[in-house]
Amino acid sequence: MNSSRVLVLTISFILFSLVQIIVLKNLVLFGMAFCFLHVLFLLLLPIETKTIPSLFIGFVLGLFVDLFYDTVGIHTASMLVIAYLRSPWIKVLTPTGGYDDNMRPTILNVGIGWFSTYSLPLFLIYNLVFFFIENLGTELFLPVVQKIIASTIFVFVLSIIVQLLFYRRRRGI
Amino acid sequence: MQRILLFLYSLRAFLLFVLLEAVAIWLIVSFNSQQGSAFFNSSNKFSGKVLTAQKNVSEYFSLADVNARLLDTNAELLTELEILRKPADSAYVFVDSVLAANFEFKGAKVINNSIRLSQNHLTINKGSKHGIKPGMGVFNGEGVVGRVKGVSTNFATVISLLHTELLISSKVDSSEVFGSIKWDGVSPRYAKMLYVPRHVKVAEGDNIVTSGYNAIFPEGIKVGVISEVKQGSDTNYLDIIVELATDFTKISYVYLVENTVEAELDSLYKSSGISNE
Repeated sequence: MNSSRVLVLTISFILFSLVQIIVLKNLVLFGMAFCFLHVLFLLLLPIETKTIPSLFIGFVLGLFVDLFYDTVGIHTASMLVIAYLRSPWIKVLTPTGGYDDNMRPTILNVGIGWFSTYSLPLFLIYNLVFFFIENLGTELFLPVVQKIIASTIFVFVLSIIVQLLFYRRRRGI
Repeated sequence: MQRILLFLYSLRAFLLFVLLEAVAIWLIVSFNSQQGSAFFNSSNKFSGKVLTAQKNVSEYFSLADVNARLLDTNAELLTELEILRKPADSAYVFVDSVLAANFEFKGAKVINNSIRLSQNHLTINKGSKHGIKPGMGVFNGEGVVGRVKGVSTNFATVISLLHTELLISSKVDSSEVFGSIKWDGVSPRYAKMLYVPRHVKVAEGDNIVTSGYNAIFPEGIKVGVISEVKQGSDTNYLDIIVELATDFTKISYVYLVENTVEAELDSLYKSSGISNE
């Protein structure tokens, strides 16, 4: 991984977190569809990223978003789960030819079918963990399930749009 | 020994995951209490600055609405002033300072607000520098908003009334029946009133105001209007649903209230073994 790619990743890290805390934090569709788009940054790290670096990145990003949501630790805990599951999940989904070197798993690189099977379960787990911890101690079952499903669909659709708009083939942003 | 180390090394990713997850859970447990520190939330210096910058832009879009609300409040205050104004031939009697007001009020701007989670918070642009302390009550022209949680130098985090663990001691205005207001986590328009016994008569449309028992809010700040009374499943208490007076989607400015004798009251309650909700 050369320095220009590191720079691109750093810039997209800053952009993702700023957009999340300034714009998307105030965007809740129908009162239940939240948009945690910062998860997409973790999902779009280069495919060969090991679990340990992605755990650290997830921890920092989660803590940063937590500061602004006033949900100390909840985003962090959910991010860590995703960061831990990401690498094994990519291994499970390896296509017959294997992956190209230094590839980022964007729609343009891997196709919409592979991206859906890759990202949908991870988005679902993220929302599941987040809303489960957030609603501990309350007796809301149905509203929480609604929030989890609506948020997963919303963030999936938005992540497709973002990739089609801002990502180019092969090389990052 | 070497094999143990090798075994642990092969598990290093999992061990790191467990360690970091433990840190996250420790954060959740220790910083989400009602009286938290101000460091790990939106009232610390850095996030406060970012939120202020964001609010400076977005507040232009709500100026008209804020103006209309201020006008309404102004009109109400003018009416009250007219009532209090002494007629020409009246005599002024000095009342002893025992009966003087025990509350001080301050104003602040809301720079961050959430209503859709189950534990919502607000951030305001005043902090310990301006005399804000944890535990102060927060309300606006419409009704009760919440309670201060953590304070930094320039900002403070407020637990919204839309927080499933915040109880506000309140009463029915006409009959003086008291209970606690608690949000059930579903709709930002409605909350529940707990601990009202079954034999009490309350009707839809009754006003709910703060009771003044727990020394956070003065008596008589509006909380909401009863929209539904049910017998409910609890054998002792009524199931009362209250439509909140405050529109949490449009909070821009709030007032903070400090009880100047709260310390005295608290120590009195403590020494006599009373815990107040």
